[in-house]
Amino acid sequence: MTTTPIGAAARPETATAMLDVRGLKKVYEGRGRTVEAVRDLTFTVGSGELVCIVGPSGAGKTTLLRCIAGLLDCTSGEVVLEGEKVTGPPPGMAVVFQEYGRSLFPWMTVRQNVELPLKEKKVPKAERRRLVQEALEAVGLSEAQDAHPFQLSGGMQQRVAIARAVAYEPHLLLMDEPFAAVDAQTRADLEDLVRSLWKRLGVTVLFVTHDIDEAVYLGRRVIVLSSSPTVVLEEVTVDLPDERDQLTTRSLPRFAELRGHVYELVQQAKSGHRPAS
Amino acid sequence: MTAAVTAGAPRRGQGGRRHRALPAWLLGLIGLAGLVAVVELAPRAGLVDARYLPPFSQMVSALAEQAATAEFWQALLETLRGWAIGLSIAMVAGVALGILIGGIPLVRAALNSTIEFLRPIPSVALIPLAVLLFGTDMRSTLLLVVYASFWQVLVQVLYGVRDVDPVARETARSYRFRPLTQVRTVIWPTALPYVMTGFRLGAAVALILEITGELIIGSPGLGKQIAVAQTSGAVASMYALVIVVGLIGVVVNVIARATERRALRWHPSIRREVSS
Amino acid sequence: MDAGRKILLLLAVPVLLIAAWWAATAGSTNFFWPPLAQIAGTFGETWFTGRFTADVLPSLARLLVGYLAAVVLGVGLGTAIGSSRTLRGLLEPVLEFFRAIPSPVLVPILMLFAGIGNEMKVLVIVSGCVWPVLLNTVEGVRALDEVLRDTARCYRLRRRSRLIHLVLRGASPQIAAGARQALSIGIILMVISEMFAASNGVGFTIIQFQRSFAIPQMWTGIIMLGLIGIVLSLIFRVVEARLLSWYTGLRMSQREG
Repeated sequence: MTTTPIGAAARPETATAMLDVRGLKKVYEGRGRTVEAVRDLTFTVGSGELVCIVGPSGAGKTTLLRCIAGLLDCTSGEVVLEGEKVTGPPPGMAVVFQEYGRSLFPWMTVRQNVELPLKEKKVPKAERRRLVQEALEAVGLSEAQDAHPFQLSGGMQQRVAIARAVAYEPHLLLMDEPFAAVDAQTRADLEDLVRSLWKRLGVTVLFVTHDIDEAVYLGRRVIVLSSSPTVVLEEVTVDLPDERDQLTTRSLPRFAELRGHVYELVQQAKSGHRPAS
Repeated sequence: MTAAVTAGAPRRGQGGRRHRALPAWLLGLIGLAGLVAVVELAPRAGLVDARYLPPFSQMVSALAEQAATAEFWQALLETLRGWAIGLSIAMVAGVALGILIGGIPLVRAALNSTIEFLRPIPSVALIPLAVLLFGTDMRSTLLLVVYASFWQVLVQVLYGVRDVDPVARETARSYRFRPLTQVRTVIWPTALPYVMTGFRLGAAVALILEITGELIIGSPGLGKQIAVAQTSGAVASMYALVIVVGLIGVVVNVIARATERRALRWHPSIRREVSS
Repeated sequence: MDAGRKILLLLAVPVLLIAAWWAATAGSTNFFWPPLAQIAGTFGETWFTGRFTADVLPSLARLLVGYLAAVVLGVGLGTAIGSSRTLRGLLEPVLEFFRAIPSPVLVPILMLFAGIGNEMKVLVIVSGCVWPVLLNTVEGVRALDEVLRDTARCYRLRRRSRLIHLVLRGASPQIAAGARQALSIGIILMVISEMFAASNGVGFTIIQFQRSFAIPQMWTGIIMLGLIGIVLSLIFRVVEARLLSWYTGLRMSQREG
C-alpha cells in the first residue's frame, strides 16, 4: 500500500500509478447491430488519489467501470491495475454498486455480508472479526450487525456495502453512482463518510457519478466524459482545500467556479461536443 | 446509469471463451433429436432390454397403427372431453367461490384454515369413493379432476382478490357501487391475472387427474388404453400412447401460457407469479 | 385481533363442517355413507392394530426416500442446467415434454423395468417429483440477481462458495416452491403406485377395503390419506419457514416500501 501522505496538496507527476486505462474501447455486438459505447478512453489514477468521473447519462460510465472491475471485456485497449493487466475481477479491488438493495446478500446478516469476502480471502478468524468490527464501526453500524439488510433503510444498506468494501482492505475502491438512489440528507452524510474513509485508509478511490456537485465536492480530480461513444472531454483538477465540509466547502467561490466549469463541460458533452482530435 | 446501452448486450464474457451462440430453437431441436437418437439406439445396441424400451421407430409405427383405429380417436376425444368439462366446472366454481369468499373479509378469515386443511388432501384419496359412487363411468374421473383443479383455481383467485388495492375498494364503496358493480370494476380486473394463473395450473392438474382416473379406475380415455396396452404386453403401443399423452400435455401448457400472457398484456400491473 | 377471536376463526368452520357431516349421516342407513360416528369408531381399530407399522410406515418410507432423492437430483441437475445457457437451450423442449407427461402413466412403464417391488414405487415417486424441483431450480438459478452475481465475482468468491452462498441460497425460494409441488405429486404417486400393484401400503389397503365393500374402513382410509397430506404439508411449512425466514422478511419489506 501507499505510504504517500494523502494530505499532500500537490502530487508529483511521478507518483506510482494505481490504475492505468489505455485506449479503452467497448463495442457491444447485438443482433445485426453494433453499439459503440466507449470509443477511446485514456487516463491514469495515482496511488491514494480520489478521482471522480462525471458525464451525461448514457455516457458509458457504467460500461467503463465494469471494464475496470474486470466484469466486462473491453473490445480493445487495456486496463492495468498495479502493473497487472485486468482480465477478470482483480484481487485488491472492491466495488460499491448503485443498487445497494441488490448487492447485499439478503439471506445473510449484516455481519455475514461483510465477513464473507474475508472468509474467501482466508483471513484468520480473529483478524476477520477485528476487521468486520472496525469496518462496521467506521460506517456507524456496529449496532446493526445481526440485522438482515432489508431491515435497514436504503442509506444504511449502502453503508453496509461500504463497510464490506472497507473491511476487504482493497487498494482500489470503485464506486458506481453509489448514492444515486438515496435521499439528499443521507447522501451528504455518505459523501463525508467516503471522504473520511479515504483519508484514513489511504485507499485509492474511483468514484463514478452523474452529480456535478458531488464530483467536485469529493474529488481531487474530476474526469469529464463526452456522451457516447465516450472519450475524455477534460480532466479538471480540484484545487480546493483538503479539509472539506458540506457547508463551508460548498460556499467557497472556487467551488462555485469549478462547479460552473464542470457544468459547462457536461452541457457541451450533452450537445455532442467532442474534443478536437 | 447506462442501463439503456448495456441492457440488451451480453453483460459478461471472457474474451476467447465466448463463441457465437446457436439460436435457441436450433439448440432445442438438437436436444430433441438427441433424445430420439438415444431412444432409438440404446435398445438396438442392447444397452437396455428392447422388451422394456423398444426403439423409437417401433413406437412410431405402433402409433401409426393406433391412429388408424377408431378406438384411439374415441379415447382421445373422451380424454379431452373429460378434461375440458372438469376444468370448466373447476374454473366456474373456483372463480365464483373465490370472489365470494375473498370479497367478504370475515368469511375469508373464517375459511382460511379450512382451505389450508382441505387443500393438501390428495385427490387420489377420493378414488375408492368415486368408484363406489359411479363405477367406471366417466363421472368417477370427473370428480377427481374437478376436486384437484378446483383448489388450484380457488387459491389463485383468493390471492388475486387479496391483491385489490384497498384505496380502490374504498373508493368504490364510497361511491356506493352495488356489490356486482364493485366486482366488475374493482375486483375482477385486479384478480384477472391470478385467475389466468389459476387456469394454467388447473389445466395441467386437470390433465394429470384425467389420465390418472382413466388409468386406475378404468373410465374411458387414453389412460385406460395405456392400462390395456400394459396388461396385454403391447409395450410399443403403451409408449406410443404415453407420448401422445405427453404431447397433449405440452399443447395444454403452451395454450394455457399463451392465454395467460394475452390476458396479462393489457394489464397494467406486472406482477410476479404467486407460486403455489 | 385477540387470541380468542383468532382461535374461533381458525376452528369455527372446520368444527361446523364436521358437525354437519356428523348430523347429516347420523342414523344413515345408506350403504355408501355410513354415520360419521361409526367411521370414527372404526378408525382406531382399523389403523392402530398393526396396520400403522405394516402399511402406513412402509408407504411413508418409500415416499420419503423417493422425495428426497428427487429433490437432490432436481436441485443438482437444475443448477447445472440453469447455469449454462447452452445446456438450457438444448434441454428446454425435452424437459418441457417430460414435465407434460402426467406422472401416473410412468407407473406401467417403470413396472417393466423394476417389477412391482419397493424399487418401482420409489422410482415412480422420484420420476414424478423431480420435474417441478428441476424446472423451478432452473428458473431460480436463471433469475439470480445480476448485481449480486457481479458482487460475488468482484469479491472473488470461489466456485464452491459461489454455489453455496449465491446460487443455491438465491434460488432457494423457487426451489422451495418446486419442492412443495413435488410433495403433493409425491403423495399422489405413493398412493397410485400402491393401488396399481402392491402387497402393503395405504393405497393398497384402501383399495382392498373398497373391493371388499368394507365401507366404514374405506372411509377411515380416505381420512387417513387426508391426515397424511395435511401433516406432511404442515411439516413442509415449518421447514420452509425456518429456511426462508429471510425471504419472508424481504418480501414484507418490499411490500411496505
